[in-house]
Amino acid sequence: MTHNALFGKLTRSAFEHGAIVMGAGILMLLIACAVIGFLTYTKRWKWLWKEWISTLDPKKIGVMYLIVVILMIFKGLIDAGMIRAQQALAVGAAQGYLSADHFQQIFTAHGTTMIFFVGMGIVFSVSNLLIPLQIGARDVAFPFLNSLSFWLFAAGFLLLNASLAIGDFSACGWVGYPPLSELEFSPGVGVDYWIWSVQITGIGSLFGGLNFFATIFKMRCPGMTFMKMPVFVWAMLATMVLILFAFPILTATLLMLSLDRLMDMHFFTASGGGNPMMYVNLIWAWGHPEVYILILPAFGIFSEVVATFSQKRLFGYVSMVWAIIFITFLSFIVWLHHFFTMGASANVNAFFGAMTMLIAIPTGVKIFNWLFTMHHGRIHFTTPMLWFLGFVFIFTIGGMAGVLLSIAPFDFQVHNSLFLVAHFHSVIIGGVVFGFFAGFTYWFPKFTGFVLDEKLGKWAFWLWITGFLLAFMPLYILGLMGATRRLSHYDAGTGWQPYFIVASVGVILITIGVGFQVLQVFHSWRWREKYRTDTGDPWNGRTLEWSTASPPPLYNFAHVPEVHERDAFWASKHRRSPIPPYEDIVIPKDTPIGMIIAAWSFVLGFAIIWQIFWLVAVSMLGLILSAIYRLSEKETEYVFPAKQVFRIEHGDRYAP
Amino acid sequence: MNTEIAMHPNLALHHEETYEKTVFGFWVYLMTDCLLFGSLFATFIVLSHATFGGPSGKEIFSLPYILAETFVLLTSTYTCGFLGFAARKKEKTKTLLWLFVTFLLGLTFVVMEVREFVLLVLEGNGWSRSGFLSAYFTLVGTHGTHVSFGLIWMLVLFFQILFRDFTHDIRRRMMCLRLFWHFLDVVWIFIFTFVYLFGVI
Amino acid sequence: MEEHFKKATARSYTFGFASCIILTLTAYFLVFYRLLTGYALILTLSGLAVIQAIVQLVFFLYLGKERKPRINLLTFLFMALVLVVIVGGSLWIMYSLNERTMMTHPKSPTERSR
Repeated sequence: MTHNALFGKLTRSAFEHGAIVMGAGILMLLIACAVIGFLTYTKRWKWLWKEWISTLDPKKIGVMYLIVVILMIFKGLIDAGMIRAQQALAVGAAQGYLSADHFQQIFTAHGTTMIFFVGMGIVFSVSNLLIPLQIGARDVAFPFLNSLSFWLFAAGFLLLNASLAIGDFSACGWVGYPPLSELEFSPGVGVDYWIWSVQITGIGSLFGGLNFFATIFKMRCPGMTFMKMPVFVWAMLATMVLILFAFPILTATLLMLSLDRLMDMHFFTASGGGNPMMYVNLIWAWGHPEVYILILPAFGIFSEVVATFSQKRLFGYVSMVWAIIFITFLSFIVWLHHFFTMGASANVNAFFGAMTMLIAIPTGVKIFNWLFTMHHGRIHFTTPMLWFLGFVFIFTIGGMAGVLLSIAPFDFQVHNSLFLVAHFHSVIIGGVVFGFFAGFTYWFPKFTGFVLDEKLGKWAFWLWITGFLLAFMPLYILGLMGATRRLSHYDAGTGWQPYFIVASVGVILITIGVGFQVLQVFHSWRWREKYRTDTGDPWNGRTLEWSTASPPPLYNFAHVPEVHERDAFWASKHRRSPIPPYEDIVIPKDTPIGMIIAAWSFVLGFAIIWQIFWLVAVSMLGLILSAIYRLSEKETEYVFPAKQVFRIEHGDRYAP
Repeated sequence: MNTEIAMHPNLALHHEETYEKTVFGFWVYLMTDCLLFGSLFATFIVLSHATFGGPSGKEIFSLPYILAETFVLLTSTYTCGFLGFAARKKEKTKTLLWLFVTFLLGLTFVVMEVREFVLLVLEGNGWSRSGFLSAYFTLVGTHGTHVSFGLIWMLVLFFQILFRDFTHDIRRRMMCLRLFWHFLDVVWIFIFTFVYLFGVI
Repeated sequence: MEEHFKKATARSYTFGFASCIILTLTAYFLVFYRLLTGYALILTLSGLAVIQAIVQLVFFLYLGKERKPRINLLTFLFMALVLVVIVGGSLWIMYSLNERTMMTHPKSPTERSR
């Protein structure tokens, strides 16, 4: 690649693409222009800067995470549709409509988008929105770090999307195994885009994990001991522990891969003394805890949803907590099952296989506890409850496939086949995505003041679950028939095409389901007066977040709650307590520096990718100076007067 | 309907709570850093024989030099303790003095390490020579980078104390710096043992 | 954490410092003068490193000296556990993989695998 002092490796050819990518790039550009146009026309730039870019309010930060999640669900779904279409068409003489290289970039982008930006985005969205409220706190432990975490996440998101328009993306799969991802076999910028967007967002995740870990440890309201916390908070605590101790491994591993590529090192290269297997080992030592990071919040959400819509206390609180603790611990000692076939000895494989099988046990305990909660409960089959029931069905199928996979000899037959793909989509979609949808429809009224239309929600659910079964059940069969993953073309003699066609129909149904979800939100917003909830507690909830107004005020609680039992709100709402005097509240000052530091990180990432060395130096300097500026600020908090709290609590919501 | 409005919040208590929270959070960050170093250590050990025709540790490490580096860093950790005592008693001049001494010792350590690296590169044994050398430069270099950030931190803190005295923010960050500095010496023990001593036997 | 350090004195710091110097010098001389070899040397050096780390953690970082609940100690212990699992596990796995799949390392850049 040519190299130039001013522009590094960046040349005009980086902007030249095939028709499909060009189309996608132009679409992105049009959307960006539409947003900019809208903000200019409605004169909302100052509002955007003050209310959103500079905010340190976790509720708003949670909403921003949600926006990125939704955008990335669309992108990931389009990627999925393109993969399905290619695989349904490219049989025998037909080559489909995507080149092999483009196809590889699409499945790489699909995985990266879904895991890092949808999955982790969901984790931090629900954390920001719900953890402070459920523990009776007014804020997180480190509000500035919270803002920084989000903006780093956004910088990674921007870098990923920039690869669509400028240059191209990695074609090495979402985990980027060397030697394919090394310079020798991937000389372009694609892998570098992948490395830096994941690395930057990963650091944001690490900070987020730290923040919420400290928040849960140090900021629970008086009386809320660990064993009185909602199970959702326990699930999030475990998630944060996993993040804290797994993400540094990812950071180190990506660092080493980037050093191989940038500075001609030999960690994982095919020659020079490198050992690519060490990469596989390390990336999965992170990767396995990562999938538990994704699923535990969903388990937490379901614990809340099932209890509320069965109008009953969650069954087996203590065993739920122990199950979460065991899952956390076990997730650190199973990672080899991702590479049984790489060649380790039978002893090694057997040990990790056995540990993997063990994890099914606490998971099973949780599922039984949810079902026992429903038993003899007054069940309301609302949309969130339907998502839960769909989860039980689909996640169990995926989980059983997982137990099969934990048996090394079986795994040898289906490793990296579509059976594996079906397994992890079953548990991720059945678990994480359905959990997200359940949480979204459940907590939507808390943050907006109006509920979502039930009928449209139910349509969406049935389309999703039917679509999912059509899209993925054939894949289990295909995998057992010998179909490998990531194939952009296959022979007619295999007899696979009908299954791929059924799978495509499934994706279409899912897309229509998503359409209904979008419609549901718009319809409910359009007619929100009809759907308004006045009490802040439309579901007769059990936990503290339902005790606040909908949406909650800036400071969450006018009075810090005092808790005496589990399901704290359920207990207190049936008691009348006198209202103590209002107090002044200390609130952190909003600041845009989190965004600015992240903006420098984006520039730094871009500069490293394109090897624009002067820009690397400038952006590093900018980053460090911005951090020093923040750490030299004198007044980072202000006092919110009690008088204003009084006015807001007594209905004057927009008091200055 | 309650019309009572209480007086201002207890700011001293609030600062105390912020101090505790932040120091705890920083400790947790240090724990995550241990895993970062752990991954680099594991990789170093796996690649410790991947010399690919290039030199092994025996051929490039000078133990006396490394011992000197170790003592420099260890002493800086010791002086950091006195820095803490002076800061706790809010004695400005003493604090600035101990801060300066610790900074000088840390700077000496970094200079010694950079010199070692430069010599290796100049004789053709840079990080591209072999897997072993890549791992060596990265592990030791990451530690050195952390130390360098500590030095920048000390500089910033020096000027903040000079111009602003001991505000609650500064006390908090001083504590975090001390934790950071001590932690870096703990990591160095393992580098000294498992990289240098083991490399030579 | 400041309150926890009210017990810290120049004396405990100096004791920690002196211990570290002794432990470092011991390890150094064991290697430099080849006073031990083989597994004995490896175990002793590892032991000395761990002891010195503990000394520094206790005397400089006040580990274990906080009020209850000892969150810092707990976090440290859990981290240490994960570290041992990840590093130890990785070494076990990589040793097995290297033994079973790698030829003996190429001796030079010009040597090719057959």
